[in-house]
Amino acid sequence: MSTISAPTPPNATLTPRNIPDRLSLGWRRIFQRWETLLLVVAVLIFIFNAFASPYFLDPWSLSDATYNFTEKAIVALAMTFVIIAGDIDLSVASIIALASTAMGAAAAAGLGTPAIVVIGLGVGILCGAFNGFLVTRFQVPSIVATIGTMSLFRGISYVVLGDQAYTKYPSSFAWFGQGYVWWVITAEFAIFAVLSVILGVLLHKTSFGRRVFALGNNPVAARFSGVRVERIRFLLFLMTGTAAGIASVLLTSRLGATRPTIATGMELEAVTMAVLGGVNILGGSGTIPGVVIAAFVMGLVTFGFGLLNVPGIVMSIFVGALLIAVIALPILWRRFARRRA
Amino acid sequence: MMAQFLKSRDVMLAGVILLLLVGIGIINPRFVQPGNLVEVFNDSSILIMVALAQMLVILTKCIDLSVSANIALTGMIVAMLNFYYPEIPVAALIAIAIIAGGMLGAINGLFIWKLGIPSIVVTLGTMSVYRGSVFLLSGGAWINAHQMSDAFKAVPRTVILGLPVLGWIGILTVLLIAVFLKMTRLGRSLYAAGGNPTAAVYAGIDVGRSRFYAYTIGGAIAGLAGYLWVSRYAVAYVEIAQGFELDTVAACVIGGISIAGGIGSVVGGVLGALFLGIVKNALPVIHISPFWQMAISGAVIIVAVVINARSERKVGRLILKEAQVHA
Repeated sequence: MSTISAPTPPNATLTPRNIPDRLSLGWRRIFQRWETLLLVVAVLIFIFNAFASPYFLDPWSLSDATYNFTEKAIVALAMTFVIIAGDIDLSVASIIALASTAMGAAAAAGLGTPAIVVIGLGVGILCGAFNGFLVTRFQVPSIVATIGTMSLFRGISYVVLGDQAYTKYPSSFAWFGQGYVWWVITAEFAIFAVLSVILGVLLHKTSFGRRVFALGNNPVAARFSGVRVERIRFLLFLMTGTAAGIASVLLTSRLGATRPTIATGMELEAVTMAVLGGVNILGGSGTIPGVVIAAFVMGLVTFGFGLLNVPGIVMSIFVGALLIAVIALPILWRRFARRRA
Repeated sequence: MMAQFLKSRDVMLAGVILLLLVGIGIINPRFVQPGNLVEVFNDSSILIMVALAQMLVILTKCIDLSVSANIALTGMIVAMLNFYYPEIPVAALIAIAIIAGGMLGAINGLFIWKLGIPSIVVTLGTMSVYRGSVFLLSGGAWINAHQMSDAFKAVPRTVILGLPVLGWIGILTVLLIAVFLKMTRLGRSLYAAGGNPTAAVYAGIDVGRSRFYAYTIGGAIAGLAGYLWVSRYAVAYVEIAQGFELDTVAACVIGGISIAGGIGSVVGGVLGALFLGIVKNALPVIHISPFWQMAISGAVIIVAVVINARSERKVGRLILKEAQVHA
């Protein structure tokens, strides 16, 4: 998925005894990278938005625009790891709901902001551990296991809340979703930026990241190469759970209220973001920078549609079509290129 | 032989359902009166039909997350046709629903067959597109009971031999799918395509084409369910059947249909759907808040998949043991 066409060897002297550590990045290859294309799309949408509305280029409105995607993007970053490893986690939105419900209950019991945040993150981690346990201990396919927990986690929120809502949060709790770190940089955006750097380094510069790719490409070969497959899969579900916990803290703090329907459908948006960012849904390839750019693309498109007064559900048609198109078009393009050659 | 019969999944699940009914009957005897059980079956009919539609797709190692959006879109199409052109006979509307649903399913199938895109991505995408199209079509407005013709609303309610037509359509669909899967070449090829796609290709089965037909037939059933849903509840709006796709997957999983493809029976699918239908109908009767329903079905799905995962592993070991005995 990272390139549109089949990779061409950079020089003709490539023999089995002369394999370079990495392929040299010629201009041609840089232009053929998925991330480059996405970046071009993002810039085009940015320019279009700037012409569509005179208010767009104001730093404060740009800062507001980031609220559209930061929570989803944080989940999508962790989802990237899970998808690259060949799994999927459809329960993230329900984890957000359950963590938010737990935080609401903690706030109603009179606990302070630090305790509320710890509880939110803790519930996220526990839910992730439960998913990981089901997938690694019982060898349940992750898609079925997380469809089950998706129903279970949100179901518990419904049992606790019914048609009620938690709305009484301490005022200091609002900082996470509504506060600013410096000038127009929101706390949410700062957390997203820091996380994407950390996770980008983890995926692309550490041996752990290489193991995740190995696992996604061929779990059996990875196992025989000494990769602790089940432990890594467990850790990755722990990671999506934690990311959902963080997103839950941010979303709850931003909305200032918890209902059982909170974050409905966010799992699909997170998967869409990862796939749009060039992550192969079958596992084995994908990059964090791609997903970060995809997050900006989706955020800018949402904001642009908002400026044009397009309803959210029409936006979802666009996202759904985009999801299919980004996968279908490269396949069609490759076929077209092969026929011409 | 007898022991094997008692150990079979379908029989075990039927036993669990009987125990469930006995338990509910002890708390509230009125629930297990024959008249009420017929009502529960009737209420579960749509879930049974769409669960079997989902099963056709799951057998081929795919998944269809767009079924509920298909129901909403075809339901809205026929409801609006009925509202603006009341002179169209209901039989024609039902045919339109089946064809429209089949076409929506075929779109999924084409992407999967011709472009080889993973089914979860395609149907995730079409789920949003179909659901959004309901909004584009209706402008977000509702079609209410008084805007539908009486004949349109009457079909699923008409009682024949003590069971409403809705229930009869459910039974007919079950029988047709059972015959289709057992007796037809295409039906058998669905199992082959999901059980071992590589071997299926060598056996001369076009795996992609089988998937395409599974989606098309499943879509047609979802389209029929769309008409039934809208006419039964006498209302059509953007959000109908939202999240229903997960209920259909859950029914399949509870019924022992392997998400990895190739394993599953019609009886299992029906029992899985009945189980969910009984739980849904029984909760208010035994004074448990309906808000428990989602958590209970989640817990049941998890228990079912853990049991499935274990039994599927045992099957592999059992074959080895038998081979040793014979050798």
